[in-house]
Amino acid sequence: MDYEIETTMTLNGTQVTRRIAARTHLVDFLREEMGLTGSHAGCEHGVCGACTLRVNGDIVRGCLTLAVACNGKTIDTIEGVSDSGEAAEMQHAFHERNALQCGFCTPGMIMCAIDLVKNKPAAKREEIREYISGNYCRCTGYHAIVDAIEAVLISKQRLGGKS
Amino acid sequence: MSQDIVNSTTTTPVAPVVDRPLQAPGTRPQTGYIGKSEPRANAKRLLQGRGSYTDDLRFPRLAQVAYFRSPHAHAKIKKLDLSKARVAPGVIAVVDGYAVRDICSPWMGVLSHLKGIRSPLQFPLAIERARWQGEPVAAVVAETRAQAEDARDLVEAEWEELPVVVDMRDALAGQTVIHEELGDNICFHRELDTGEVDAAFAKADCVVEESYSFGRHTGVCLEPRIILADYNAGEHSLTVHHNTQSPHMMQQLFAKHFDIPEANIQVIAKDVGGGFGIKVHTYPDEMCTVALSIMLRRPVKFVADRMESMVSDIHAREHRVKIRLAADKAGNILAFDLDDLTAIGPYSVYPRTSGIEGNQVVNLTGGPYKHKQYRAKLDAVFTNKNVTCQYRAVGHPIAAAVTEGIVDAAAIKLGIDPAEFRRRNLIRDDAYPYTFPSGIRFEKLSHHKCLDKLLEIMDYPALRAEQAALRKKGIHRGIGLASIIEVTSPSAAFYGVGGAPISAQDGATLRLDVSGMVTVLCGVTEQGQGTDAIFGQIAATAVGVSLDKVRVLTGDTRVTPYGGGTWASRGAGIGGEAVLQSGKALKSNILDVAAAMLNVKKVTLDIIDNTIIDTTTGEKKLPLAEVGRVAYFRPDTLPMNFQSELTVTRHFVPREYAFTFANGVQGSLVEVDPDTGFIKMLKHWCVGDCGTVINPLLVDEQTRGGIVQGIGGAMFEECMYDERGQMLNANLADYLVPMSFEMPDIVTAHIETPTKTSELGAKGAGENGTAGAPAAIMNAINDALLPFNAKVRDMPFTPERVLKALGKV
Amino acid sequence: MKAPKFAYAKPATLPAALALLDQHGEEAKVLAGGQSLVATLNMRLSSPAILIDITGIAALSGISTANGKVRIGALTRHCDIERSAEIAKSVPLLAQAVGQIAHAAIRNAGTLGGSIAFADPAAEWPACMLAVDAEFIIAGKSGERRVQARDFFKGLYTTALQPKEILVAIEIPLLGAGYRSAFLELARRHGDYAIAGVAAIAKLDAGKFRDVRLAYLGVGATPILAKGAMAAIEGNAYSAEVVAAAQQALGRELDPIGDLYSAPPTKTHLARVLTGRALAAIAA
Repeated sequence: MDYEIETTMTLNGTQVTRRIAARTHLVDFLREEMGLTGSHAGCEHGVCGACTLRVNGDIVRGCLTLAVACNGKTIDTIEGVSDSGEAAEMQHAFHERNALQCGFCTPGMIMCAIDLVKNKPAAKREEIREYISGNYCRCTGYHAIVDAIEAVLISKQRLGGKS
Repeated sequence: MSQDIVNSTTTTPVAPVVDRPLQAPGTRPQTGYIGKSEPRANAKRLLQGRGSYTDDLRFPRLAQVAYFRSPHAHAKIKKLDLSKARVAPGVIAVVDGYAVRDICSPWMGVLSHLKGIRSPLQFPLAIERARWQGEPVAAVVAETRAQAEDARDLVEAEWEELPVVVDMRDALAGQTVIHEELGDNICFHRELDTGEVDAAFAKADCVVEESYSFGRHTGVCLEPRIILADYNAGEHSLTVHHNTQSPHMMQQLFAKHFDIPEANIQVIAKDVGGGFGIKVHTYPDEMCTVALSIMLRRPVKFVADRMESMVSDIHAREHRVKIRLAADKAGNILAFDLDDLTAIGPYSVYPRTSGIEGNQVVNLTGGPYKHKQYRAKLDAVFTNKNVTCQYRAVGHPIAAAVTEGIVDAAAIKLGIDPAEFRRRNLIRDDAYPYTFPSGIRFEKLSHHKCLDKLLEIMDYPALRAEQAALRKKGIHRGIGLASIIEVTSPSAAFYGVGGAPISAQDGATLRLDVSGMVTVLCGVTEQGQGTDAIFGQIAATAVGVSLDKVRVLTGDTRVTPYGGGTWASRGAGIGGEAVLQSGKALKSNILDVAAAMLNVKKVTLDIIDNTIIDTTTGEKKLPLAEVGRVAYFRPDTLPMNFQSELTVTRHFVPREYAFTFANGVQGSLVEVDPDTGFIKMLKHWCVGDCGTVINPLLVDEQTRGGIVQGIGGAMFEECMYDERGQMLNANLADYLVPMSFEMPDIVTAHIETPTKTSELGAKGAGENGTAGAPAAIMNAINDALLPFNAKVRDMPFTPERVLKALGKV
Repeated sequence: MKAPKFAYAKPATLPAALALLDQHGEEAKVLAGGQSLVATLNMRLSSPAILIDITGIAALSGISTANGKVRIGALTRHCDIERSAEIAKSVPLLAQAVGQIAHAAIRNAGTLGGSIAFADPAAEWPACMLAVDAEFIIAGKSGERRVQARDFFKGLYTTALQPKEILVAIEIPLLGAGYRSAFLELARRHGDYAIAGVAAIAKLDAGKFRDVRLAYLGVGATPILAKGAMAAIEGNAYSAEVVAAAQQALGRELDPIGDLYSAPPTKTHLARVLTGRALAAIAA
């Protein structure tokens, strides 16, 4: 019986191999083993969305993903999308509108928001609210977050229209 | 008045209020960044996942603790066998209450100014008896959290279950007493009577009475409580990384209960993932974690996971209230009569006590109105549920809901539009200073201006017309209003006078650095409200530098001036004023240096945009960096008898009033589906008066966040218990926090009535949203239900409760 | 909140998975999307000796149409169904329902088969499976067997699936022209398990309902096919009377279990309201 599995994943563009305890969820692995503390564990039962990150390009709950199940997969975290600049426009929009307070939900919210831009480029406020409805924020009233995402969508639509 | 008002007994006599402009007379008016929507500098790292929350810190030889908690609401610990847990892999120590008792002295959650409040001694781990489900009983320390949890599963306990008190009415009746030594279950009782309430009711043309109930809530900070205690036996020192709102208070408490000199204790709160009052109390598991670090002479970390947060973070707001209102036929409110019963769990929480929330309900009920007669009775009783204590907008949502609910009931009975009824009864804007029947004193509020503004931005008449038109089509919309008062920036009358080690004052240190930049250190802390950002704006404005030249540091007892931290919306009003005064003093000292360097009179100089200028010509004389360079590196070039002082500290504490009251009004538009009982919140409006608005961008979203938190209580949130005292929804799937989809867009606006008790003029802004939203929502729902002759009174307003009100189930 | 210790295996083929399952019996749990299982592990509500991760078995994924049936591999994720043009065209009920399942991040991991095997009575897919008259293909050591959705859901979180079996695929018969469907649910918050919901399908034949299927979620220990209500509608045109008859019949056949916030009468009431709305939607 294997309680620890050698696991190889492409983490923020870099291939890493570690022996990981089977029971370790992806957020704990990233935080404890890789020092990537940007993904937050807010509930560890898949409700709050603070641990939202990408596996093979799709957003998932990090706390409901076993790290060993990520063998051969591509993982992107808030650190990755920040360093690559992929999230820069969204982060700027969040900053401008104060779409965060304590910042604990923010990495998950940003991961969800940039996923929305990719999948629902024409979303209106109601659809934005629906898309981020799995990400809990206790500080803001969500209004500024919706504003920020909407601003990015509008800006992209304008650019799209010009090209 | 039959009894003194607890919170205002020690206020100083009224000092003459003088008009103090932002700048000293004769200097150039400069508002700089005050009132500007500047994005927060410290938000950028959070947006990139590069915050430093307590759980992000890494320490050598760190041990982690998991707590074995009572599975019963009330039970005797017959046997606690830790032997199997002790030999589990990775385990460092497993301890019970007796072991920890020797290291951490017990505490008692009472304060002398809450007359008669009682609570038993409380220990870090339960000894002999557990009194709520979730009370920590044993601590398991291991190399990893997973190992600690594995070993915890091996703790064997034998229990003798005892009768439980779950319902607050049973607690009051006292058939079963939780603490035998106290004789009954009453923690705190208060009565207040202006003396002629019965006479007012006797002559009233209109008397209305309602009973309301409020579910238990908890704060659900997304970042749970975390403490990392690092005791160093070599120097008998303690470093605590703690996501607390109040580092200096915790320093005091650690010093007292662990018998370590205060100066040997450093409490550090870096980034904190939300507070809302949850992180400002003494928690047994946190105290135990410190004790474990002392016992084991190594760093020990405790992270409250979400499930244990739900049964150990303070709860709040469980009330049953009966309220009566008397009015004359002209629509003047004559009197309120309040009876509030609240359940606080088995202990009054230390050091703030669990009596304050009910006390606030007594103080604040009827608060916006000009009636003269008021009677109130409060009982705060012990129950075998988790403890309750101060949570955002302490007592306000209860007071506002019962007040605004009964005000609407009176308006309806009298046939007066709710907006018009409020206009007739709100304290006039020119009637201040005003002493309210409960004894609290208002410096200056703006209920009428706020209401006028609200009705304007809502377009109230158009909404009413639309409502009437839609009703004919079977669409049932409701409009609700709620005026509120808001306790902010408290003086020492809140806690200090009762003996709590809680600072009402706060200090700020400002330093000019060599490069001409300004460093700000303040005792107020940041949990995301934007404290650091507004301190930067105030400092930049006061000194005359641009915002990019200011750095702010908070949350470290070893570095910042002594202060109370963040609670009761005191950051801007108290900390902000300290920063302002410190900034003015620093500016003056900088000008002294510049005058010496330039050999001119100081009055001819000013600092604008990082530059010393000649006020008479406007000519740029020196960059601030040059002042820094000379003061620090070339003091030899300054006059022999001159010493530059480029680090200054100033403190501030409100004294003229017990509280710096703020006020506001909210409007809610909802649509009720009478077939399903579902309620859609269509839009929400809020006009707040927090005095000087330092940063509208921050105030607006904090207000919205407060409103959403209030909506949570009104619509979704409740800690549910069964008859055995088991919490039924202690997880985030079943405890329903407000999420984005159901929340409305929220329109905000401001009236600014600066307080004259400070130069900055800022009042608090953090409670307003949470205080008024439940009342506005309830009134909107009941407005929608009016044609059905139905009414809801019990929060949260679940579809089932709406359907029951409609007689459909 | 850390999961207890368990072992992990990721077989590449179905026989290998079945062999592991056979070896470990009830000590093993099958891991598909993990959206319910990992949560229960983290909460220590479940402590298997080994997790058998079947997501490496390629044959268990995918959507295809043949012989009048749409076959959906058990490992097909909710998001795959959401994005499938084939599903939208052939089994529109599933497309109508999928957006109600939790949130994007969950739909990207959770699977159709996992949801069916977990059999939460308040979940969307089990009720939809009843309405579309699905057939489940189940593999065991001794080969494959087929179970009708209508025979599959036995009780609260219990199904016809035996401990050593794996749900392999779902087959849904294609419906001819004239069929319409509606999926309605009432959840306190978007994405939550619903208080009550209905998956409705009927053929509208000259204005009359034919082959009516009404499957309910959240109102019992299993998803419930409301045969009484269906019979009350069958062959009738949409009218207030027909709706009332269906609602009345529904009240007789539902025996809901209350949840934290809604007692049985509320659930029955809401199921009746949804019935009316679903019929109106189909008739519209």
